[in-house]
Amino acid sequence: MAPVNALLLKPATKPIAFVLALLPLAWLVWGAAANKLGANPAEALIRSTGDWTLRFLCLTLALTPLRQATGWHALARLRRMLGLFCFFYAVVHFLCFAWLDMGFDVDAILHDIAKRPFILVGTAALLTLLPLAATSFNRAIKALGARRWQALHRLVYATAALALLHFFWMRAGKNDFAEVAVYAAIVGALLGWRLWRRLRPAPRVQPAR
Amino acid sequence: LPAVRSAVPGALTMEAPTAYDDVTRYNNFYEFGTDKADPAQRAQKLKTSPWTVSIEGLVKKPGRYDLDALMKLGAMEERIYRLRCVEGWSMVVPWVGFSLAQLIRRVEPLGNARYVQFETLADRAQMPGLSSNVIPWPYVEGLRMDEAMHPLALLAFGLYGEVLPPQNGAPLRLVVPWKYGFKSAKSLVAIRFVEQQPRSAWQATAPQEYGFYANVNPNVDHPRWSQASERRIGEGLFAKRRPTLLFNGYEAQVGSLYAGLDLKKNY
Repeated sequence: MAPVNALLLKPATKPIAFVLALLPLAWLVWGAAANKLGANPAEALIRSTGDWTLRFLCLTLALTPLRQATGWHALARLRRMLGLFCFFYAVVHFLCFAWLDMGFDVDAILHDIAKRPFILVGTAALLTLLPLAATSFNRAIKALGARRWQALHRLVYATAALALLHFFWMRAGKNDFAEVAVYAAIVGALLGWRLWRRLRPAPRVQPAR
Repeated sequence: LPAVRSAVPGALTMEAPTAYDDVTRYNNFYEFGTDKADPAQRAQKLKTSPWTVSIEGLVKKPGRYDLDALMKLGAMEERIYRLRCVEGWSMVVPWVGFSLAQLIRRVEPLGNARYVQFETLADRAQMPGLSSNVIPWPYVEGLRMDEAMHPLALLAFGLYGEVLPPQNGAPLRLVVPWKYGFKSAKSLVAIRFVEQQPRSAWQATAPQEYGFYANVNPNVDHPRWSQASERRIGEGLFAKRRPTLLFNGYEAQVGSLYAGLDLKKNY
């Protein structure tokens, strides 16, 4: 395990992760400019940015289980960045919808959010990420206290549930749940693992002599 | 597939046709998968010859009609129609075919035939999408007899001057330009004349969302989205959505079919 930890602790790890996380966006921007996004590029952009939001949500949620299962504790360095990228792609997803579908017409956006349950739920998922992003820097953690900060950041479980419902309802019109099931299984496993850790009997501590 | 320009009123819109690549690569044809790109990728081996269409039900001349015989029932015409998908996008497609009415007259429906039901191919060996339960296969659609007899209701065999590519519904399909695209059933294998209103595949799948008529109507929203506007495929990322027109702009031709019908109830 030590070599992986050593690798993760190298100064270049974070910049590399940052660039990798921007690649999906770069690919989409290039695809839009070069007309490689198919016949309906607006739809492709809205859907891809939604997909990437979900993927970053899964990656963020996977980090702690992976760290505990493998002992690669230096992974914790990347958790905040991944979480912020999830928020970033969620914002880009919302902006694509607001711009390409709604032409930034505020009335139309509000009307659409109210009228379509799946948009409402998606917007709610985005809103749950706002306080998390806003308290993601070190001074906020200090100001809140670690315990309260952690309690607040458990809101991400609600984000995951809302995001899955958003995706499920979006696909409900076509009765097409294969991809939804994949993401639901991943999120279910990651949250189930946490629940299992919490509920299992505490490991017996050897009494000190 | 040679054709003459149609003389049917409304059959030749002056709007610019959508590019061939977009028309043939952005398709809803769930028998080949639910993604828009699936049909173009997975339908190419569809066997369209030999092909027969079974004419059934309340007609004087039922039977299995061979594709070649069907193609000779009328003179091939080019018709440039707007196509509005219920999902909120639209295209302009130059079809080749002739009025469905020409086939209907030939097979002589009986007096009590009030509806026409269309059934499309459901062959598990050729259509990978059938393994999913998105729709109760086979795909079924229907029209009222007067709708089916309207000269704009087209039996299409080609587009852009060629025979239909498989993903667009080869070897023959229905095109009803004033209704949402899903009414225009593809790869027809049976045309049935019936007394009772048929239950369409989408009515069976989601009755609260899809009705029998499915006329394009900007004033009647889909339960999950507005139908007031549409995105024209091929106009680029930043083109404004267009306002959707009642009966997809064919109101002058077909509006009288629905005089007195409450379009909000009969969606």
